[in-house]
Amino acid sequence: MDTKIKIRNLNLYYGNFQALSDVEMDIYDNKITALIGPSGCGKSTFLRTLNRMNDLIGSVKIDGNVLLDNQNIYEKDYDVIRLRRKIGMVFQKPNPFPKSIYENIVYGPRIHGTKEKQKLDEIVETTLKEVALWDEVKDRLKKPAMGLSGGQQQRLCIARCLAVHPEIILMDEPTSALDPVATLRIESLLEELVKKYTIVIVTHNMQQAGRVSDYTSFFLNGKVLESDETDIIFSNPNNKKTEDYITGRFG
Amino acid sequence: MTNATETFELIVPKEKKFSKMINWKTYFFYFFIYLMATVTILVLIAIIGYILINGVLHIDWEFLTSEPSKMGKEGGIYSIIIGTLYLTLVSVVIAAPIGILAAVYFTEYAKESRWIKMIRFGTEILAGIPSIIFGLFGFTFFVIFLGFRWSILSGGLTLAMMILPTLIRATEESLKTVPRSYREGSLSLGATKWQTIIKVVLPSCLSGILTGLILGIGRAVGETAAVMLTAGSSLGVPHALTDPARTMSVHLYILASEGLSREKTFATASLLIILVLIINMIANMVTQRYIKKAKA
Amino acid sequence: MKAFEKAIEKLLLICAITATLSVVIITLFIFKEGVSVLKDYGIVNFIFGSKWSPTNGQYGILPLIAGSLSVTLGALVIGIPTGLACAIFLSEVAHKRSAKVLKSAVELLAGIPSVVYGFFGLAVLVPGIRQYILPMVQLINKDATTSGFSILAGAIILAIMILPTIVSISENAISSVPIEYKEASLALGANHQETITRVIVPAAKSGIISSIILGMGRAIGETMAVILITGNMPKVPGSALDSVATLTGTIAMEMGYATPEHQKALFAVGIVLFIMIVLLNIAANFTLHKLGGQTND
Repeated sequence: MDTKIKIRNLNLYYGNFQALSDVEMDIYDNKITALIGPSGCGKSTFLRTLNRMNDLIGSVKIDGNVLLDNQNIYEKDYDVIRLRRKIGMVFQKPNPFPKSIYENIVYGPRIHGTKEKQKLDEIVETTLKEVALWDEVKDRLKKPAMGLSGGQQQRLCIARCLAVHPEIILMDEPTSALDPVATLRIESLLEELVKKYTIVIVTHNMQQAGRVSDYTSFFLNGKVLESDETDIIFSNPNNKKTEDYITGRFG
Repeated sequence: MTNATETFELIVPKEKKFSKMINWKTYFFYFFIYLMATVTILVLIAIIGYILINGVLHIDWEFLTSEPSKMGKEGGIYSIIIGTLYLTLVSVVIAAPIGILAAVYFTEYAKESRWIKMIRFGTEILAGIPSIIFGLFGFTFFVIFLGFRWSILSGGLTLAMMILPTLIRATEESLKTVPRSYREGSLSLGATKWQTIIKVVLPSCLSGILTGLILGIGRAVGETAAVMLTAGSSLGVPHALTDPARTMSVHLYILASEGLSREKTFATASLLIILVLIINMIANMVTQRYIKKAKA
Repeated sequence: MKAFEKAIEKLLLICAITATLSVVIITLFIFKEGVSVLKDYGIVNFIFGSKWSPTNGQYGILPLIAGSLSVTLGALVIGIPTGLACAIFLSEVAHKRSAKVLKSAVELLAGIPSVVYGFFGLAVLVPGIRQYILPMVQLINKDATTSGFSILAGAIILAIMILPTIVSISENAISSVPIEYKEASLALGANHQETITRVIVPAAKSGIISSIILGMGRAIGETMAVILITGNMPKVPGSALDSVATLTGTIAMEMGYATPEHQKALFAVGIVLFIMIVLLNIAANFTLHKLGGQTND
């Protein structure tokens, strides 16, 4: 089993507030890693350090190492654009661009230099098939993406992210804005995707973590209290607080 | 609501006299408010109506296509229409890129620092400076100091400075309505900041920017004092950037102040009003579409 | 790629600075041209001198200041109650449809070029004052005379012109008063009118004041409308029917044929005007941001 990302000694500050302290974690290739914990515990913040989305916020200071394929992504001259091509992200609320379905998918490939119409068409078809959306939208690819249902929008966003051929996909509570049926579809999609991609998912929903993930890390107050195989975390956690959280005694 | 007061009055009938007294004041209050609102609308109708009624009939094809003669006492306003279009175009072409890009800088790049606050404050001041000051400045700077003389170029540059604040503010406002999630979505796909702005952010607020642009055009068309001091008031058809020109507003001023021809004055004023009405209508239509799109 | 992004950011910054730099350049050039007159003639003599007679080399702008202030004050006296009533109408009283009508009317008023207002004033108000207002005034004061070109005409036209400023900013301020205030007042048994006059308007005070200050700035700075209807007589006025010359009107009228020294004096008038406007804008800004904490959050 290969480690895709190694996080060592990671600290993050918003101004004077320390949001992450001494986070250490391994994220394994072709596995789903779930990040759980009460809201405000730093799990989303942590997720955003992996593709350096926190760079967008002015007052953030980060130290420590995040090694992707043994290279520190916080090194001085690291190419953030290449990093984000390698690491895709799916957001809490579906965020398609106000463009057509087709334009949403080809946005990434176009930016990265693919111009031939035929190739783009191909990308649209394969990625939409990958997220099982093709049959639903193939007749209205030129229609605005905003017309899709919430679940369809989220699958479109996943397809949009697949279109740039990432190696890792970060998901920030991807089902929290969806109904149960749409949620289940996304979850079964994850099982397919993990064969090709490494997935890190933040979730509020304990059952979801239990259902879909191979590894789970429990966050509390900006610290990782426990990381292990999901089965172990859920059946036999080491830490008393993990157990309390999982059994619903707080959070 | 009414039911509640009725029961209240039933239970405490003595209060009735008291509440009558208050009602008198209340009636006056509402009367005043409705009166003033009505007066405002009537004033608008009076101004537009009076000018159009007296002027519209004098607008005909000949008036639009022939050049003025005898200082504008006779003939049409062809050269003046051309001058207005030319000058407006030049000012928008100069102001639009600078204004839009400056607004992009303020909303997308600028971090809150003392410098940025000063720059922002500067644009706010710019918005309040009266046009005659712009005229004075344009006169010494463009006309005399840079040697552009009375010309479309001097006038266009001066007007561009005047419409910059309108443009910057409108663009900033519409940029702020673009959800952060669009930007994050694009960046997470490996787009650079500039790619994100050009391909996602700007297209999704285009109509808001357009509205600002149209309002800027409206301001440029209506401006008189600054134009008179920088573009001159020549009656000839301008052919180059270095030619002087007379715009419709300036023409109206000269006709009105010198009492040359009642007919031509009203016709010019009517044309100006029609132009402004059209510009307003277009701006409204664009805004409506923008609102609809934002709601969808 | 990175270099390109950096270059773009620089370019945008340059655009932002250009916009501001124009303020600096404007200030510099106006001051450069006008300051010598202030120095030679003396600031006190210039501002408090009661004779503006450029052909005789007399540059006292007191009559011009008095002219500008009198039309502005008149415009505020008419414009504030009207504007405030319209703002209350829009935000508290009107139904959706009538609010829409008034709103577009106000927007249109803002769009009409000032020279058109001036022309309307010249064609309607000036003769109207001569024919109808003057006889009424003469009932009280037999000696009253007027050409119609007067403070009154200027004030009425300026009042219409500053309406959009007062209405839109005041309406914004009134609409952003938290609904809890309104509910609290209604729950105490106050009726709608009492709630408006005693709770909502006071709570929106800072926005309303700043709208008035900005309207005042607009009135002082207005040129073309005023030039056509106030008569352009540089004399300290005695009544609302007297002709006056304003700071702006004088610059616009005389710039074309001024001798070099006269021109410099007009720039000095520009300096005074500029300082007045900037101070008003700063004051408006200050009231809106510093005193407005409670209503704008």
